[in-house]
Amino acid sequence: MMSVLYILIPACLCMSALFLAAFLWSVRSGQYEDDYTPAVRILFDNIEKPNSTNKTKADDSRKV
Amino acid sequence: MSQSTYILAGVHTVCYHCGEDCDGGGLVFDQKPFCCSGCQTVYELLEQSGMDCYYDLNQKPGTSRKAKYREGKYNWLDDVESAKKLLQYSDEDITIAAFNIPAIHCSSCIYLLENLYKINPAIVRAQVNFLQKEARITFKNGQISLRQVVELIARIGYEPRLNMSDLEQPATSLSNQHYYLKIGVAFFCFGNIMLLSFPEYLGIDTLSEHPMRRFFGYANFLLALPVLFYSAREFFASAYVAIRHKSLNMDIPIVLGMVVMFIRSSYDIFMQQGAGYMDTLASLTLLMLIGRLFQNKTYATLSFERDYRSYFPVSVSKITGGTEQTIALSQIKVGDKIIVRNEELIPADSTLLNGVAMIDYSFVTGESKTVPVKSGDKIYAGGKQMGSAIKLELVNDVSHSYLTQLWNDDAFKNKSELSTSTLNTKVSRYFTPAVILISLISGLYWMQADSHKALNAFTAVLIITCPCALALSAPFTLGNVIRILGKHGIYLKNTFVIEKMAKIRTIVFDKTGTLTNNKSQNINYQGTPLTNREQIYVASLTHQSSHPLSKKISTYLHSKKIEEVTSFHEMQGKGIEGMIQNGFIRAGALDFAGGVGRPDLHDSNTSTVHISIDGLYKGYYEIRNDYRTGLGELIERLKNRFDLYVLSGDNNAEKKNLEKYIQADRLLFDQQPLDKLNFIKTMQDHGHNKVMMIGDGLNDAGALRQSDIGLVISEDTNNFSPACDGIVEAGKFIQIDSLINYSRSAMRIIKISYTLSLLYNIAGIYLAVQGTMSPIVAAILMPISSITIISFSTLASYILGRAHGFAQAQTR
Repeated sequence: MMSVLYILIPACLCMSALFLAAFLWSVRSGQYEDDYTPAVRILFDNIEKPNSTNKTKADDSRKV
Repeated sequence: MSQSTYILAGVHTVCYHCGEDCDGGGLVFDQKPFCCSGCQTVYELLEQSGMDCYYDLNQKPGTSRKAKYREGKYNWLDDVESAKKLLQYSDEDITIAAFNIPAIHCSSCIYLLENLYKINPAIVRAQVNFLQKEARITFKNGQISLRQVVELIARIGYEPRLNMSDLEQPATSLSNQHYYLKIGVAFFCFGNIMLLSFPEYLGIDTLSEHPMRRFFGYANFLLALPVLFYSAREFFASAYVAIRHKSLNMDIPIVLGMVVMFIRSSYDIFMQQGAGYMDTLASLTLLMLIGRLFQNKTYATLSFERDYRSYFPVSVSKITGGTEQTIALSQIKVGDKIIVRNEELIPADSTLLNGVAMIDYSFVTGESKTVPVKSGDKIYAGGKQMGSAIKLELVNDVSHSYLTQLWNDDAFKNKSELSTSTLNTKVSRYFTPAVILISLISGLYWMQADSHKALNAFTAVLIITCPCALALSAPFTLGNVIRILGKHGIYLKNTFVIEKMAKIRTIVFDKTGTLTNNKSQNINYQGTPLTNREQIYVASLTHQSSHPLSKKISTYLHSKKIEEVTSFHEMQGKGIEGMIQNGFIRAGALDFAGGVGRPDLHDSNTSTVHISIDGLYKGYYEIRNDYRTGLGELIERLKNRFDLYVLSGDNNAEKKNLEKYIQADRLLFDQQPLDKLNFIKTMQDHGHNKVMMIGDGLNDAGALRQSDIGLVISEDTNNFSPACDGIVEAGKFIQIDSLINYSRSAMRIIKISYTLSLLYNIAGIYLAVQGTMSPIVAAILMPISSITIISFSTLASYILGRAHGFAQAQTR
């Protein structure tokens, strides 16, 4: 009966390792470096004029 | 579009854009008042781009545009080499550049900068990092150049900070990113090890011979590997450095404990002797990392390492052939001819070729006096030209000029941060040998009595004495103190500063800008209003006199034309008089000026200069003393506990005023930057080894560096401050004594925490030497001791902060 743990525990570890990896990725991509501006930025979307050309959000290239 | 009209004088309004006073000629545009055409232009531009909600988000969000930048100032950015440092990324289509913009201060700024593309469609995207006051701007090559981008943001009031030092050495990343990564890994491993150790905690013995137990053990072993080899890496590095320098620090017993814990646990797990101490290892590493993170409080927008290069311009106008060319400062050489314009800094020692030079050396000497220089004479670096453009020929390199030589002094070469005198290293000097001795003795004892327990007892002592609680008390106390002080406008460089602060015996003040206020808004006129003509009289007369009060009035009226004064007389203790054109004018004491009935103000903080023109009493200038408010009380509080000195670059005109505060023989005047440095050095050599220097400008840089603690008083923390150990907002100057007291209290907290954690250690050793310490005891005792210490030091530092006037609630 208990032997199911042999599968469950590695499975648990793998799953939590995924979350760890997600956390590490988010730190490395700089998401924790500025915790103020995004909070303000979200408020501007409401006052955006309709004809905005704000489509180029994809090019977040951090490399030099 | 509405027409702009001028505001009538005397109507009190503030600028719609920047919130500055519109006194003295503002204008009205679109029914809104503006202080200058610069602000109005920005408004117009935003209005046209449909970005007027810039003004809705915050009231008067702009920065004053009165000080205009010179056309062509940024031409050097077209030079690919010098602009390279600003670029983060570049390909054929787009370029990404990062700028440091000190003017960013509210959400309107974010809004405006991030919507730059509405003003100029060649800008693809702009992203603001508010905390670091940085903007990353992506723009299309070919449609706009880097120079044009800079000019655009400078035009709307967000002039980026571009100076030599920032460009020469790109800012090293101060971020705590690697701590977050290490803590993340440690936390993950810690949580899972705890989970797998639960059967042990609950004492489920039925499992003891079950293969499941081995499986759990192996899993724990695997999870402990990243903790030891990744998360704990820096403790190993620090211990290694200490051993190489043949000294002992707190990380040595910590690393020793960790290694023993790991080896012993691995042995237990693989030999099936027990569960091991992997949970303790992980939890301690986690706590220690959090402590390190806490200690490493950094201020993203402040720099404590600035030198002269931060003050110097990035570019100069060089004359080659007959043409003027803007080049980077780092490229100029001896013999080059350059042009320096009004209010610009002389970058290197040079001779004046032509033009009228009026050089203000206040930057170098601290003395506010403009010196006229004749053609062919030498001008020293650091002076500021006041007036029209002058032409210079360089006689020295930028780095070998008079001012910059200060940085070649020894004081700037050897100031190691690895202080050997911290309380932590002092304690560990005894702690480490004691721990090793005890573990050896108990090991040897059990060798005789019961050899099975010998290794157990030996390792148990090393494990239980792993001084984590000890090592955590200083980071948490000092880290907390730095945070509390930071909320109150006192920014310290690191936690060592607090330790050193607690030992200060001597305090040396700079005068100008430190004891006194730099702003000259302390003069106002009372009485019959003076016409422009009459003001010219006053300005011309006071210009002739070297009396401090005359000088102040003269500076106050600096915009007025100076006329020739005939039959000028100065009467000692009374005043001055003279003829200007046909007017006879007197300035001085009340009876001298012929005023009656109006008693002299007997306030020690203000002086009055009465004016009469052609024998007719007009009124008086009220000149408030520039000394900071509360200075007298502060000195009173410090006087009996510290030796106080004042070093001033000025002449001794202020001696009388200062004697009220500090003994006359401790006031030194006419001190050059190098004199100040040497003064501190002599003090230290004569046993006054704990010297704190409080200054403000580049002329104090040497003394700040040489002293044990250099504090800089700053009116605006966005401005540059010379290299120092701490930056204090001007308004907080009078809290210097509380700052020192608080530092002393903080050290007391640490000592109490040390005692507490040593008690825990003794209890642990008592269990360990008996050779019967089970892993579960270690798993409980050690985190508990650490957490008690953390809570104690955090709470105590809050409470004492409140007691010293640094209450938590206030924000800056």
